[in-house]
Amino acid sequence: MSYAGVIPSARSRGMVRESRHLLFTVAPGATWILVFLVLPSAYLMGVAFMTNGPYGLPEMPLSLESFKRLAGFGFLGWSPGNLYTLLRSLWQTLVSTGLVVLVAYPIAYYITTCREKWRPILLLLVVVPSWTNQVIRTFGWMNLLAPGTPLSELAEALGLISANMGLYPSNFAVTLGLVYNFLPFMVLPLYAAFEKLDTAQVEAAQDLYASPVRAFWHAVFPQTLPGLLAGIVLVAIPAFGMYVIPELLGGGKGMMLGNLVANQFAGGSNWPLGAAGAILMLLATFVGLFVMRRIGKRLGGGEEVVI
Amino acid sequence: MTDTLTADVADTRMVRSATVESAREASSIEMQRLHKRFGRDTVALDGVDLTIRAGEFFTLLGPSGCGKTTLLRILAGLEEADDGRLAIGGRDVTEVPPHRRSVNTVFQSYALFPHLSVRENLAFGLKMRGMPPEEREARVAKIAEFIQLGDLVDRRVDQLSGGQRQRIALARALVNEPDVLLLDEPLSALDAGLRSQLQVELLRVQKRLGMTFVFVTHDQQEAMVMSDRIAVLNGGVIQQVGPPREVYEHPVNAFVARFMGHDNLYPVTARSGSRLSTPLGELTAEQPGKGGLLLIRPETLDLLPGEVAGDNHLPATVAERLYRGSHAEYRLEVGETTLQATVNNRGRQLPERGDRVTVTVAPGDLVTLSE
Repeated sequence: MSYAGVIPSARSRGMVRESRHLLFTVAPGATWILVFLVLPSAYLMGVAFMTNGPYGLPEMPLSLESFKRLAGFGFLGWSPGNLYTLLRSLWQTLVSTGLVVLVAYPIAYYITTCREKWRPILLLLVVVPSWTNQVIRTFGWMNLLAPGTPLSELAEALGLISANMGLYPSNFAVTLGLVYNFLPFMVLPLYAAFEKLDTAQVEAAQDLYASPVRAFWHAVFPQTLPGLLAGIVLVAIPAFGMYVIPELLGGGKGMMLGNLVANQFAGGSNWPLGAAGAILMLLATFVGLFVMRRIGKRLGGGEEVVI
Repeated sequence: MTDTLTADVADTRMVRSATVESAREASSIEMQRLHKRFGRDTVALDGVDLTIRAGEFFTLLGPSGCGKTTLLRILAGLEEADDGRLAIGGRDVTEVPPHRRSVNTVFQSYALFPHLSVRENLAFGLKMRGMPPEEREARVAKIAEFIQLGDLVDRRVDQLSGGQRQRIALARALVNEPDVLLLDEPLSALDAGLRSQLQVELLRVQKRLGMTFVFVTHDQQEAMVMSDRIAVLNGGVIQQVGPPREVYEHPVNAFVARFMGHDNLYPVTARSGSRLSTPLGELTAEQPGKGGLLLIRPETLDLLPGEVAGDNHLPATVAERLYRGSHAEYRLEVGETTLQATVNNRGRQLPERGDRVTVTVAPGDLVTLSE
């Protein structure tokens, strides 16, 4: 009987110690997320539903004005400009992610077939450019694609662009910039997936009457899916919200959602509209992640694809 | 050319599935002057000439790096020979890629597909050859029953034990009814008990199907238990080809003898007729041959207590005895020389360590071989 009070108190002392440990380990990260992600997002959420003041700052009362404007309803009736920007963002994301996949697969596979001592060096070569500032690299592309450069002259000679137009600024230049910029983020997870693969399985597939193409499709590709899905998430989400590349390479007709949002804040023109754009971007990202997770679960087979 | 090849293969298949299992024809393999080099300096195969008969259980035996796996991979088409010809079932396949050869392999690592179920693994080859799903299902069910793993077909590969994986790998190859089945050390990853059980199973499967099996191993015991014939390889060169008994009892050279587990090899210092002078003493051999090395197999020796004089009688001291139940292994000292003997324990007083004994051997059991 006399134990009755003793044991729970000992246990609760243990629990206190345990929860203190938990606090120490989790608190720094949680604080960071709270201060730099949750609170600003909550603030933005609030701003998005406020009215645009005379100096572009948010004011009361609450309204849905910004979302209407985002959908294209302005003072002069409906215009498709913002919708185009949104569609262009989706299209650029889709095309550049697809191209990144096509370029990254052979690179990642090639690196796994190289001798072990060369692999880290080759991977380093893939990653090194991304250590340079993105703005500088994008300026590099501007110089490569501007009118009068060899690449532009070649495109002109082939009849792909009209005279003296140059390859930049254009949507093509944006796509190119995105593919170039995000390539390492696809190569690395794909390389990791390829490296785990037992090469004997490729041989087994060929031994079991699969041509090289079918061996890739039936034996290799399904096993690189976790890497592919991880790569798509790493490429598509930042590409969707990209600011620097469309700003520098896109010109007036190459604007993406990121530029639309940034312009509302930078020019001080309309904070509530910018906030609404940011919220839209966040929603689209969550939808994208959710879809990827569903695909991963269905195609991942034995291996749970964690995103 | 390739179209007629595939059509030809398809025809044979139809005929085969229509006939009973035992009536199926097996294929022979002919290799001529096969050469293979890796890089500049590594010679994997140095002119291999070999004929494997239809329906034979043939083993490529040798230490690691002897070229046996390379030879198997050339048969599978996974490696291309630098020079030479290869024919399977009378058809030249030297330049035929692996997916067009009616040959299947059981890989050392099994190489089962982890993203597919056991059933999908088993059906892989049939699917790649375009067999309709109903027929595929029937074949898969039949082979799963044949290897007694019918209840595992819906499992994932990583839910199987080592022995089960081995059998699935075997079934995945067998279900295609290839002309030749290649096995690359398929039992090396298993523990001893399971291994000897699967050796027997594999042998039964081969006899029942009458299929040509080419088996690679570095284990001479395994090779002797299973094979109709063995080829011993070293340094990319075939040293000897023959039935297990011939290779074990009449090795052609010191390498084969040592690889088959023989330690009792002695230089012949002089000879006159059937009399051979060796470090053990004078011995009479029925067929002395011309070789410079005398091989005395440990199981051909007998031990008599005390010193007994006679032809092929050698006085010896027991240096060590390992009691093995049915038999005992002795390390004997004959003068300065050591001799291993394996003697049956049937109803006798076993000589103890330090005992003086007489070793006897029949002249018919002595073999000479080249260095």
